[in-house]
Amino acid sequence: MNKLHPPDVAASRAAPAGPVITCELLTKRFGDFVAVNAISFEVAAGEIFGFLGANGAGKTTAMRMLCGLLGPTEGAATVAGFDVFRQPELIKQHIGYMSQKFSLYEDLTVGENIRFYGGVYGLKGAVIREKTTALLQRLGLEAERNTLVGSLPLGWKQKLAFSVALLHEPAVIFLDEPTGGVDPITRRQFWDLIYEAAAAGTTIFITTHYMDEAEYCDRVSIMVDGKIEALASPAGLKRQFGVATMDEVFLHLARGAKNTE
Amino acid sequence: MKAFLMFVRKEFFHIFRDPRTLLILFGMPVALVTLFGFALTNEIKNADVAVLDFDKGAHARQVQNRLFSSGYFGLRDYATTYPDVAAAFRQGHVKLAVVFPVGFSADLDHLGHAQVQLVADASDQNTAISLVGYATSIIRAYAQEQARPTGPAGPRVEAVARLYFNPEMKAAYTFVPGTMALILLLVSAMLTSITIAREKETGTMEVLLVSPMRQLPIIIGKILPYFLLSFLNGLVILGLGVWALHIPQRGSLGLLIGETLLYIFVALALGVLISTRAASQQTAMLISMLSLLLPTLILSGFLFPIASMPVPLQFLSNIIPARHYIVVLKGIMIKGLSLRELWRETLTLAGMGTALLLLALASLKNRLA
Repeated sequence: MNKLHPPDVAASRAAPAGPVITCELLTKRFGDFVAVNAISFEVAAGEIFGFLGANGAGKTTAMRMLCGLLGPTEGAATVAGFDVFRQPELIKQHIGYMSQKFSLYEDLTVGENIRFYGGVYGLKGAVIREKTTALLQRLGLEAERNTLVGSLPLGWKQKLAFSVALLHEPAVIFLDEPTGGVDPITRRQFWDLIYEAAAAGTTIFITTHYMDEAEYCDRVSIMVDGKIEALASPAGLKRQFGVATMDEVFLHLARGAKNTE
Repeated sequence: MKAFLMFVRKEFFHIFRDPRTLLILFGMPVALVTLFGFALTNEIKNADVAVLDFDKGAHARQVQNRLFSSGYFGLRDYATTYPDVAAAFRQGHVKLAVVFPVGFSADLDHLGHAQVQLVADASDQNTAISLVGYATSIIRAYAQEQARPTGPAGPRVEAVARLYFNPEMKAAYTFVPGTMALILLLVSAMLTSITIAREKETGTMEVLLVSPMRQLPIIIGKILPYFLLSFLNGLVILGLGVWALHIPQRGSLGLLIGETLLYIFVALALGVLISTRAASQQTAMLISMLSLLLPTLILSGFLFPIASMPVPLQFLSNIIPARHYIVVLKGIMIKGLSLRELWRETLTLAGMGTALLLLALASLKNRLA
């Protein structure tokens, strides 16, 4: 439990090389409604980038554009070196994704889930077998290889889902509220995994509603009404707004929002 | 391709590990065919009969003994007047009434010729026809046995039947094609829509869409196992119909299978379309039931003849895929028709399938992403 790196230690990891995500005035309109309003930012390789905002602020829409699921209206963006307008399918090969539902098949065993997702990303059988063994060892789940995922505790499912999303060694992993509904201890263990992946060079793009988790990020952006209102390290944000916690930073910004769900 | 095969494999895991799916897939067809085939229409056992005996003679009594010992008929009540019989029919107590007129026994003994009246409940025509047929042959057989070895011609009993007789109407030939159409539609469309809705519900669809797998292989991967299993299902129902219920198979088996595949394709496309509109398994199930089961039962010509429907409903029945498939099935199996006579229905089904699939794919793009 105490293995968790404090933010300043995390920030001192191997120097990131060039941006993995670039966003320039990226905009998405649905009719008259501007869901994402000219957002610009860059995320470096191996960075843990917290993407915060109240419900309805446009986080999900922005994330969908970056994942190649939704075509942007205007602006420019690249993910893992590929253009979101022209190369969404290439982006998909180089990113991982995990949602708050953990998205494993409950009626498939642990081994079958790994095999299936490996297959979906076009990994070869031998590679999948090798990676499965390594993955189960790392998570201490060797004994559960043939257990149905449905019967695993939530925390294990979460870790498994995260590891499966990393199976094809993506440049970026998008985590959409990955710790929802999980107890605090499990959450901290999960963050250990996130730090491990980031240390190995994977860029982490994470949305969360937990402000303690925002503290663990290298940098945090806060979206309000489709715009990015603040973007800095957690320490920087607190300084900027003259408050003691990320909670206060968030409330200060989000209170002015017009679009909330 | 590898990813696709992996996908199909996974889908089979889902199917074989879900008892509910297996039950719908394999239990329901057998149960329905058995129900429709044996319990509801075909076999007659101990049908309730009313007797109105104005004769009260020896022959009348013995004919009754014969009838009630045959196993086909059971005595429900003795009526004393015609209104009693009419009341019994109205209340649905009896399926058949046997009326012996005054002097039945005497006529048979002295004239060698007598009449008996059989009144059948023709609201269930098939049963009525069978009942009258069975009763007539039992009564005739009895009359034959009364012939004296020396007599030139044996005594005759004329059974006069009262019912609305429709020689074209043979229910046994209707329910197998009907059941087939219904089951294939339900299995293909309902199970497909539920399985896709389940992926949406659990969030795995989102993950698949973010993966390099394209939308079309995802959908095809989802429906292929159901396509194969539906086809297997179709063969089981056909086999039951032909071997257990003695429906003829006069036309080309190849054409029959081809048309069945086409129909399954339409049903699967419908299933995909429903699933794009339904966010949860429950919704998918409900939509399937309401938009498929009821219209198919009522408008396909399965339970109610289309020719006797009001004109607007006749018109509406054209959009029910099962209607066309039933025409094709009956045409091939019972009439031995070929594609030359059935091209119109075939084309309609093909058009429906294509349109539904395109609609489903378009809808999918909007809904899932």
